[in-house]
Amino acid sequence: MAEHTASNHSKSSPLKLYFGVWATLLVLTFVTYEVSLVDLGPFNSVVALVIASIKATLVALFFMHVWHASEKLTKLVIVAAVFFLLLLLGLTMTDYATRPWS
Amino acid sequence: MSMGMPTVVPQQRFERETYLNKAYGVWSWLLTTDHKRIALLYLVSITFFFFIGGFFALLIRLELLTPAGDLVQADTYNKLFTQHGMVMIFFFLIPSIPATLGNFLVPMMVGAKDLAFPRINLLSWYLYIIGGALMLHCMLTGGVDTGWTFYVPFSSNFTNTKFVEAGIAIFIAGFSSILTGLNFVVTIHRMRAPGMTWSRLPLFIWAHYATSIIQLLGTPVVAITIVLVAAERALHLGIFDPRLGGDPLLFQHLFWFYSHPAVYIMILPSMGVVTEIIACFARKRIFGYQFVAFSSIAIAVFGFLVWAHHMFVAGISVYSALVFSFLSYAVALPSAIKVFNWTATLYKGSIHYDAPMLYAFGFLGLFTIGGLTGLFLAALGINVHVTDTYFVVAHFHYIMVGGALMGYLGGMHFWWPKISGKLYPEGWARLAALIVFIGFNLTFFPQFVLGYLGMPRRYYDYSHMPEFQVLNVLSTAGSTVLGVGYLLPMVYFLWSMRYGKPASDNPWNAAGLEWRTASPPPTLNFDVEPVVTWEAYNYEELDAPPQTQEVTVG
Repeated sequence: MAEHTASNHSKSSPLKLYFGVWATLLVLTFVTYEVSLVDLGPFNSVVALVIASIKATLVALFFMHVWHASEKLTKLVIVAAVFFLLLLLGLTMTDYATRPWS
Repeated sequence: MSMGMPTVVPQQRFERETYLNKAYGVWSWLLTTDHKRIALLYLVSITFFFFIGGFFALLIRLELLTPAGDLVQADTYNKLFTQHGMVMIFFFLIPSIPATLGNFLVPMMVGAKDLAFPRINLLSWYLYIIGGALMLHCMLTGGVDTGWTFYVPFSSNFTNTKFVEAGIAIFIAGFSSILTGLNFVVTIHRMRAPGMTWSRLPLFIWAHYATSIIQLLGTPVVAITIVLVAAERALHLGIFDPRLGGDPLLFQHLFWFYSHPAVYIMILPSMGVVTEIIACFARKRIFGYQFVAFSSIAIAVFGFLVWAHHMFVAGISVYSALVFSFLSYAVALPSAIKVFNWTATLYKGSIHYDAPMLYAFGFLGLFTIGGLTGLFLAALGINVHVTDTYFVVAHFHYIMVGGALMGYLGGMHFWWPKISGKLYPEGWARLAALIVFIGFNLTFFPQFVLGYLGMPRRYYDYSHMPEFQVLNVLSTAGSTVLGVGYLLPMVYFLWSMRYGKPASDNPWNAAGLEWRTASPPPTLNFDVEPVVTWEAYNYEELDAPPQTQEVTVG
C-alpha cells in the first residue's frame, strides 16, 4: 500500500487536487441552490439529483482514493454498491411509477 | 453413537500457551485485538441480551394465557413486544453467529493469524456495547412502543415513548455490524493461507461472505432511514409526511430494503454452521459444493429484491406487488438447493447423532417449514388473509428461532471444544436439543393455526374471541419448555469450563483448518502457517484406514 501512495504523490500535488475538488464541490452546491430558485417543472429534481451524483462521484474518486486504487476489491465494492443502489431505486420505482392514483 | 473422544491428554497441554491463558485481568480482555477473545466478549454480551429478550417473550406469552388483558396494561404490552423484537433482532440475532462463531472461526478456517483489521474488530464490539447500553437505558427509563419496525407516521409524529433513543441505539449497533462485515470481506479476499483457493473454502466461509455483503450494503440504508425519521420529527423535513410533501410508504420501502435482507444476515451464517455439522456427522463431502456455495451468494443478492412483500396490503401499486410476489418465490430456489443438497449429503452417510447433529436436524425441519410458509405469504391472495396475524409471527419465528437459533446452538456445541478446550456433557446436550425442539414446536405451531383462524398479532386482549384460548395456552406452555431448553446449555457450558474433560485438538475428527490447531488455539492460531493441499470436506480421506506399507515377496 505504501508504494501506491508514494507513486500517487509523485503524479501531482495531492493538496492542490484536494482543494480543487473541494472548490468544485462548493461551486456545485451553489449551482444546486441557484437552480432550485428557477422553476423547471419536473426537471428541478432531475437537475438536483444529477448535480448530487456528480458531487458524490467526485468524493468517491478523489477523497476516497478510488481514482488511483489498484485493488480489484475496491473496484468490486464500488460496483456492488452502485448496483445495489440501482436495485433500491429501480424496484422502488416499480411502485411509484405504476400507482394509478398518483 | 458417539464418536471416540480421547480422554488421555498429553501432560504438556496444560503448560502450552493459549489465547485464554496468555494474559489475565480485565484489561487483557477489554483491550484485546485477538479475534478469539473478541468473539468471547461478543458471546457474553449477546447471551445477556438474549435472556433479556427472552424474558420479554415469556411476559408476552403469560399475558396471552388468558383472553382478558389481565397481567399488564395495553401500553406495557406494546412496549414488551417492541423491546422483545428490537433486542432479539438488533442485539442478538444479527450479531449472533457472525460476531461470535464467525469472529472466532473465519480467520482460522482460512488459515490466517487474525482478521484483516483487528482494531476495527474491537471497535465493532465497543459500538455494540454503546448501542446496547443505550437500548438498556431506554428500556429501563420507559421503553418504546412502536413495534420493532417503527413505522411512520406513528414513530415520526405520534409516539411519546423513547423512540429517538432506541433509534440511536440501533443506528450505533448497525455500525458494529457493518464493521464486522467489512472485516470478513477483506479477510476472506486477502488473508487466505497458501493453497486455500475459493473452491477449497469451507461453506461456512461462503455463508459468512454472503452475509457480509448484506451487512455492508444493506445496513447503511436502515441507518439513513432512522436519520430521516429523526430529521422529520425534529426539523419537519417533508420525507414521509404527506402534509409536507412526503410519502409514508417510502419509509416502508427504505426500512424493508434493509430489514428483509437482515433476515438473511440471521439465517445465512446458520446455514453455514449446519453445512459444516452435516458434513462432519455424515462423514461425507457436501453434495454439490459449488451449488451450496453460490446459493449463499444468490440468497444474499435475491434477498434484496423481495422487500415489498411486507407491504402488499399497505397500498403499493398492484403491478409492483406482482413483481415482488414473483421475486419472493424466486428467493425460495437457492434455499431449496441448500436443503436438497444437505439431504443428498445425508443419503448413505455414516450418520452420528451427537448433539450438534441433533440441532442440525432440527434446523433442517424447522427451516423448511418456516421457508415454505414464507411462500404462503409471498402469494398475493393468501397474504391478504393472513397479514398481521399470528401466521406471520409463527412463520418468522420458524426461520429466526427454528432456523437461525438452532444453527447457533448447534455451532456452539460443535466448536465448544475448540473455543474452551473442554468437552461439554454429551447426554445433557442431547437432552437440551430435544427439549428445545419440542418446546419450540409446542410454542409456535399453534400460532400457525391461530393466525390462519384469524387471531391478529400485537393484541394483548382477545376476550371477544375466547375460542383461541386453548391454542394460546399450548403456546405459552411451550414457551416455558423452550426457556428450560435455552437455560440448560448455558448452565452446562459454564460447568464444563471448570469441570469438563479436556478436549483433544480434533474431538470430532472433523475436516477444516480450525481442527488442525490446538484446542484452545494459540494466540496466533497456528504454530506454523498452514499450506492447504486438499479439498474441503475430505472426510473420505480422513476416514480411510491408515495405509499399510506394501509388502512384496522377493
